[in-house]
Amino acid sequence: MGMTMTQKILADHANLPSVKAGDLVEAKLDLVLGNDVTTPVAVDVFEEAGLTKVFDKDKIAIVLDHYTPCKDIASANLCATARAFAKKHGITHLYDVGEVGIEHALLPEKGLVGPGDCIIGADSHTCTYGALGAFSTGVGSTDMAAGMASGENWFKVPDAIQVVLTGKKQPYVTGKDVILHLIGMIGVDGALYRSLEFTGEGVAELSMDDRFTIANMAIEAGAKNGIFPVDEKTMEYIKDRFPREPKVFTADEDAHYESVVEIDLNTLEPTVSMPHLPSNTKKAEEVRGLHIDQAVIGSCTNGRISDLRAAAEILKGRHVAEGVRCIVIPATQEIYLQSIKEGLTEIFLAAGCAVSTPTCGPCLGGHMGVMSAGERAVATTNRNFVGRMGHVESEVILASPYVAAASAVAGCIELPCNLPEVN
Amino acid sequence: MGKVFKYGDNVDTDVIIPARYLNAPAPEELAKHCMEDIDAEFTKNVKAGDIIIGGANFGCGSSREHAPISIRACGVSCVIASSFARIFYRNAINIGFPILECPEAAEKINNGDEVSVDFSTGLITDETTGETFQAAAFPEFINNIIEHGGLLPYLKARQEVSE
Repeated sequence: MGMTMTQKILADHANLPSVKAGDLVEAKLDLVLGNDVTTPVAVDVFEEAGLTKVFDKDKIAIVLDHYTPCKDIASANLCATARAFAKKHGITHLYDVGEVGIEHALLPEKGLVGPGDCIIGADSHTCTYGALGAFSTGVGSTDMAAGMASGENWFKVPDAIQVVLTGKKQPYVTGKDVILHLIGMIGVDGALYRSLEFTGEGVAELSMDDRFTIANMAIEAGAKNGIFPVDEKTMEYIKDRFPREPKVFTADEDAHYESVVEIDLNTLEPTVSMPHLPSNTKKAEEVRGLHIDQAVIGSCTNGRISDLRAAAEILKGRHVAEGVRCIVIPATQEIYLQSIKEGLTEIFLAAGCAVSTPTCGPCLGGHMGVMSAGERAVATTNRNFVGRMGHVESEVILASPYVAAASAVAGCIELPCNLPEVN
Repeated sequence: MGKVFKYGDNVDTDVIIPARYLNAPAPEELAKHCMEDIDAEFTKNVKAGDIIIGGANFGCGSSREHAPISIRACGVSCVIASSFARIFYRNAINIGFPILECPEAAEKINNGDEVSVDFSTGLITDETTGETFQAAAFPEFINNIIEHGGLLPYLKARQEVSE
């Protein structure tokens, strides 16, 4: 029987001619990632086990992005632990304040991940790199420690769900709407233990930023990973970034898919996830008018340049509604600089937004936009669990940058097409 | 034997241990806030040996290993659920913390029941009702990790054997 893309990458990295769903394999890793929350726990595990050497100082990335610039002494201590470890072992890819970006926007930008790679990261949204045609999955700190020591990790080869995309997106519809719609269809455990393999003519219609957003939230359907075929857009993206030879894998014609899900991009509308599960989706149209206190535009899901362009398109010449706090967070320094060069930052500031240095911050209720009891945010982030962005009685509605920006202007959930024309 | 604390489907890692406490990752600190956003009384009532039961997709969300660490540090002896989110499952195994997948037990055992678990066989007994349930057995590879007390001790033992 044929193999899926994911299965082919795992077979290649396990040095096996073929694998099938359910096999336990040990695969070689091209990159091991950790952040300021998960790395210190991995360092403890590493040192308690008496390990003294990392497998390859160039294949570990430590990205201090969650609570940075440090919000308090405890988080400063976490960063100090991670920095000391990186220094002790000569880790090449330590990203600290001033150079840091949100890990899943930063690593592709820096060319540390690319087609055909096998990657683990002690962060659940590590699945983002599937957009580049890599096998990439989130793990915990113990796996990170084991990966840093051995350069290998064990995996159960996943079965797959094929997601066939057809048609072309309408205006104001983005990759975020595609993935929220999919999670709404299959549920937060709809892809549990499986890979989500995106195919179909509709893939070519999606920008790389759309694909990053979609692969990023594969975990929100419970998936082990999400993966896109490698095409011209992928090759264009990695050109001048990715220094290694890309390994392009394609699924076999007779690969087995446990199920097939079809999404017609033509019919897709701006979609939101209501509290408190990403699968609790509605058309944004259905919840127009729902009051918001805060809008967050950023995160590893939607903090890329095309997300900022989308938000700026809406905010240009307009102003954030009275009583609403709109926080814009470019995901990396490069994106931040680009946003300044293109005049987007000026648009945000003129519109009354707070623009922050790159950080995960509010997405996980860390800092830079934590909410009080009874408050509600519309956010381009990835999770709307109970208490995710602050108080246990606060609420998060997940949306695209277009809908988040339009809602910030209206003071309630709103679609861009319903905003009054700018004079 | 332990008392059951029963919760529903999709218990996520943000309610198991909210991110506002991740800046102090010592197990005894995490234990103080375990399950706080889903059950504010949990840490006051839980005793050593008690058992958490969840529905489908227990431990979904973040990859924070702090979640199973905090549960174990409270004295909880195991988690039984109808299914587990994969990163939580992996993390629990990797730290040598036993978790059992058993939809029938997750459905039928009531909150507050006294339950005992035989980890060698996967047999779950509800001592309050007298009902027994059979959890799915771990593959040998995973059993080995748990028996060694986690992934790192297992890898170390295996390294020593090969040397």
